[in-house]
Amino acid sequence: MNLRPRDVLLDPIFNNNPLMLQVLGICSALAVTTSLLPSLLMCVALTSVAAVANAAISSIRHQIPRNIRIIVQMAIIASLVVVVDEVLKAYAFETSKQLSVFVGLIITNCIVLGRAETFAMHNGVGWSFLDGLGNGLGYSFVLIVVAVVRELFGAGTLMGFTILPLVSEGGWYNPNGLMLLPPAAFFIIGLLIWVIRSWKPKQIEENQYQIHEVHRTEIV
Amino acid sequence: MSESPGNRNLPADNRGWLARLRAMPKDSVPRTLLVAALVSLACSILVAAAAVSLRPLQEQNKLLNKQKNILSVAGLLDEERSIEEAFADIDVRVVDLQTGEYVSDIDAARFDQYEAVKDPQLVVAIAASDDVAGIRRRARYASVYLVRSEGELDKIILPVNGYGLWSTMYGFVAVERDANTVAGLQFYQHAETPGLGSEIDNPKWLRKWQGKIIFDQQGNPQIEVIRGKVREEGDWSGATRTGEGPQYQIDGIAGATLTGNGVTNMMRYWFGSDGFGPYLRRIWEQEDKS
Repeated sequence: MNLRPRDVLLDPIFNNNPLMLQVLGICSALAVTTSLLPSLLMCVALTSVAAVANAAISSIRHQIPRNIRIIVQMAIIASLVVVVDEVLKAYAFETSKQLSVFVGLIITNCIVLGRAETFAMHNGVGWSFLDGLGNGLGYSFVLIVVAVVRELFGAGTLMGFTILPLVSEGGWYNPNGLMLLPPAAFFIIGLLIWVIRSWKPKQIEENQYQIHEVHRTEIV
Repeated sequence: MSESPGNRNLPADNRGWLARLRAMPKDSVPRTLLVAALVSLACSILVAAAAVSLRPLQEQNKLLNKQKNILSVAGLLDEERSIEEAFADIDVRVVDLQTGEYVSDIDAARFDQYEAVKDPQLVVAIAASDDVAGIRRRARYASVYLVRSEGELDKIILPVNGYGLWSTMYGFVAVERDANTVAGLQFYQHAETPGLGSEIDNPKWLRKWQGKIIFDQQGNPQIEVIRGKVREEGDWSGATRTGEGPQYQIDGIAGATLTGNGVTNMMRYWFGSDGFGPYLRRIWEQEDKS
């Protein structure tokens, strides 16, 4: 394989985004994106877990027996997630309370396990680290866009600072409550996929079926 | 690594067990067990190291969070003052729940009534018939936090806990100086359903508790979370302790009836005769005298 570090790192952001092209890891993207600050923390948590887990799994990939490889990967990922959770509880207590179970749920995030299984098991440590970092950044890109839209239009703030003064506080902006509900994240991710695929038509999937004109006589 | 173990059967006996293990194919049972054991060991050391080394910081965060909640429920949270500074004004006392008297031989600042449950000297099992809150046991003593303004008792903050739908909910109730009117309610730990039961953290709902009356004329706790909306949002300022009425009722949260029942049970228990009832009675008596 002919890999270039820049591609491994940056491809997952636009060309092969885990959330938009592979549509993995949607659950946490819906749950934590109501405001920007917890989303940023979630991005940092997931990116560091993905990068370190990839590097760790890659470093022992020749030793991992095939029939327990998923369990070994899960054990490594789960331990890293626990460590990240403990660190957040120690240094970012308030925000980690808002993230509640979703940091723990990084364990089940398909992006992390998916990259470990498809990339880290076959590539060197450095490459795997970059790949984990890149996929984490791809996830972060989507999360940040969604969170900015949701917090700005749902609550009129960004990072807790007022940008659009609310009517209820004497301003002019009437917040869109839908933005704070989980479906809004679906709409925004859907629109984002549309934008990216119009910009990069290669990402458009082929139909899995073909519409085919049938003449009445053919059925009989 | 690619050599088959068959070729090495004879010389293998001379080598150490480690070398023999290394020569085995990686999918063989001993190698699988070895990798599983080593990975588990490394992971557990990592997790244990993180948990142990970060515990002091986390404990401090928890303490600060508790103090912040106490200040917030008393309406004393001030952007300009640090939490430690503001908390220094609060008089922390320990109360013997059975007699309702202050206990003086315990360091009140360090007493933790939820930790004290682990001490066989301090734990009291709650009889099943009394255990409306579903907590099974409580400490003999409980912390109370007194807020004074200009030397006079202004608010009493009481720690409460009770079982909701999924979890034990921990919180604080602030009571006005008449020991009968709610000044505020706040939870600092629970694991109720996100989006439904977890709405007990919603400030809008918590604000509905302010000014509600806890006891009826006989001194029994009547306060409750009802299903649906409280009908008459009338003026109840003059209607203290008179039978059932909107002054005892708080709107239920849609989709969180069982959590709401848990909150009601928690209030019924902690303001009943097994909870802070005797203590608050003593405060009424003092009020009547003065």
